[in-house]
Amino acid sequence: MTSALAHERTPLQGSGSGAGRRRPLSWPRIKRQLIPWFFVLPGLVLAVLFKFHPAVDGIWMSFQKVQPFLGNEWIGLQNYADVLGDQRFIDAMEHTVLLAVGQTTGAVLLAFCLALLMEGASRPLRWARTAVFLPVVTALAIIGEVWRILLFPSESGFANSVLSLFGLPTQQFLSDPSQALWWVMMVGIWTAAPYNMIIIMAGLVGIDRSLYEAAAMDGITTRQRIWYIVLPALRPAISVVLTLAAIRSLRIFTEVYVLTGGGPAGATEVWMTRTFSLGFDSNNLGVASAASVLLLLVTLALTVATRAITHRKETS
Amino acid sequence: MTMRANAPSAAKQRKVHAEGRFDSALGWAPGWKISNVVRVLLCLVVLAVFALPFLLVLSGAFDAQGDSTSLRLIPAEPSLASVRAAERLGVFGYFANSFIIVGGGLLLQVAVAVLTSYALARHRFRGRALVFMLFLTTMMLPEEVIAIPLSQVLGDVAGTGLSVRGTPWGVILPVAVWGFSILVMTEFMKDIPGEIEEAARLDGVGELRMLWSIVLPLCKPVLGVVTIFGFMMIWDQYLLPLIAADSPADYTLTVALGVLRNDPETGTGVLLFGALLALLPSLIIYLLMQKSLIRGISSGATKG
Repeated sequence: MTSALAHERTPLQGSGSGAGRRRPLSWPRIKRQLIPWFFVLPGLVLAVLFKFHPAVDGIWMSFQKVQPFLGNEWIGLQNYADVLGDQRFIDAMEHTVLLAVGQTTGAVLLAFCLALLMEGASRPLRWARTAVFLPVVTALAIIGEVWRILLFPSESGFANSVLSLFGLPTQQFLSDPSQALWWVMMVGIWTAAPYNMIIIMAGLVGIDRSLYEAAAMDGITTRQRIWYIVLPALRPAISVVLTLAAIRSLRIFTEVYVLTGGGPAGATEVWMTRTFSLGFDSNNLGVASAASVLLLLVTLALTVATRAITHRKETS
Repeated sequence: MTMRANAPSAAKQRKVHAEGRFDSALGWAPGWKISNVVRVLLCLVVLAVFALPFLLVLSGAFDAQGDSTSLRLIPAEPSLASVRAAERLGVFGYFANSFIIVGGGLLLQVAVAVLTSYALARHRFRGRALVFMLFLTTMMLPEEVIAIPLSQVLGDVAGTGLSVRGTPWGVILPVAVWGFSILVMTEFMKDIPGEIEEAARLDGVGELRMLWSIVLPLCKPVLGVVTIFGFMMIWDQYLLPLIAADSPADYTLTVALGVLRNDPETGTGVLLFGALLALLPSLIIYLLMQKSLIRGISSGATKG
C-alpha cells in the first residue's frame, strides 16, 4: 500500500505551465478541480455509509453498555475488561493463533513442495495444475460443507473408509474435541496451499535458468541448488505469502463456523466465532464490539509492523 | 503489493522448447527414469487429494443413495432424486439470490473502481492523496471486523431509518467499495500513456466519453483481473449475507447450505447438489478467465 503511494506520479492534467500556484480563479480551473470529485463521489459515499460509519459506530459501541430500549450507557473500558477476562475468549485467542501459525506455515511448506513437483510447461502438468488450483476459486463455505461430509465420523464416512484401507482405526474427526482443531487446520492448509502455490510457481518460473546451468557445471547437488539458488530467489514471494496469510487468518470465521461452529465443547472456537455468537446469539453488542475493535487493532499493528520491516529492508 | 497486470510474464518471455534438465528447480528431465515414475505417482496423489473431493460432490449429487455419507466416484444408483428434492426445498431460489447479489454487486463494484481510479490516476486535484488513502483504509475494514455495527447500519442506513436488510442491496452496497480493485485499477491506469488522451481532449472529447471510449478499452487486461477477483470476493461472502438477511429465504446459496444441512429431512445428496450448484459459476468463470486469475495472484494480489 505504501509503495503505491510512493509511486505517485504527476498526472498529465494541468502539468506543464510553470506559473505559480495561486492564479486567479477561473471557471475552467474550478471545473478541473471539481470534475474528479464527481468521479470519486459514488465510491466515497458508499465507503462512508458501509465502511467508515459502521467502524466508528463499532468503536463507539465498544465503550457502551448497549441496551436496545433503555438507551445506551457509557461504561468506559468495561467491555474490554469483560473480553480479556473471559476464559472462552482467551481460549479462542489461543486457537486463533495456533490456527494462524499452523495453517500459514503448513500451507506455505506444502505449496513449496507442490510447486517443485509440478513445475514445468508440458501439457499434462498444466492440466494437473488447473485441477489442483480448484480450491482457489471455491467459496470457503462450500469447502467447509464438503469437508464436513468427507470427514463424517461414521464408520462408512469417506475419510474413515480411506483410513480403513490403510488399516487405521475409525476416527471421530471434527466431533472429537482433542482432534477437531487439527482437522480444521488440515482443511485450512488444503484450501490455502494451491493459492500459495500459484505465487511460488510464479517465483520459480522467474529464476534465471543459466544459474542452474552454471551451478551444474560446479557440480552442485539438487539439495544445494534448492538451498542456495531457489530459496533465496523465492524469499520475496514467500514473505508476501506469509504476511498476507498470517494477517488474514486472524479473522478466520467462515471455515470454522461451517465445519464445527466452534465446537465440540468450544474446542475450535476462534476469535470471530466467539464474537459472532456473543453479538448475534446473546445480543451482547457492547462486548462483541470491543472484541471486534481488539481484532482490528491487532490486525492494524501487524500490518504496520510488517510494512515497517519490509520497508526497512528495501531502503537498507 | 503493487500490481502490474500488464507486465509480461516471465513464462512468455522464455522460449517454448522441450523440457530440459535446467528448466525446473528440481531438474526434472524427460525419459523413462525412476525419478519420473515417482513424480507421476506423486502428481496422481496430489491430484487425488485436491481434485477428488470435487468429483465426489459431482457423483454424490446424482446418487439416489444420497442419505449415506459413504461417497463414491461413480453413483451407485444414478438418479435425479436430489435435484427434485432440492427444487422442493427452494435451492434454486437461494441460487437466484446468489446470482442477483453477485451480478449487481460485481457491476457496481467494477463501476465504482473504474470511476474512482479514473479520477485518481488521470486527474490532479486537491485532496487526491487523502481520497486515495481513504480507499486504502477500507481494506483494513473487512466485513468480519465491522460485522456487529454493520448489521445495525443495514437496518438503518445513515440514521435515515431506511433499511436494506432482507433485500439484495444489503449485500450489494457493502461490497461495492473494494480497496483492492480500486488500488489495482489505479495503478494500471497511471501507466497508460497520456498522448492519446491529450489529443482527444484537444478534439473536445468530454470526460465521460474519454473514460468510456479511450481509457477503458486500454484497460481490458486489468478489467479481467478486477472482474474475476471481484466475483470470487462476492461469491465467497458468508458473514455479510448472513447478517443482511431478514429470514432464511434471503440467504445466498452458500449460506443456505448450512440450513439444508441442519434440516433433518435433507439427505447428503441434496446438500451435495446444492454445493455443486454453488460451485458451477466459480468453475465456469475460472475456466474462462484462468489467465487473469493466475496473473492477478502471481503479481502479489490478495484474496481478501
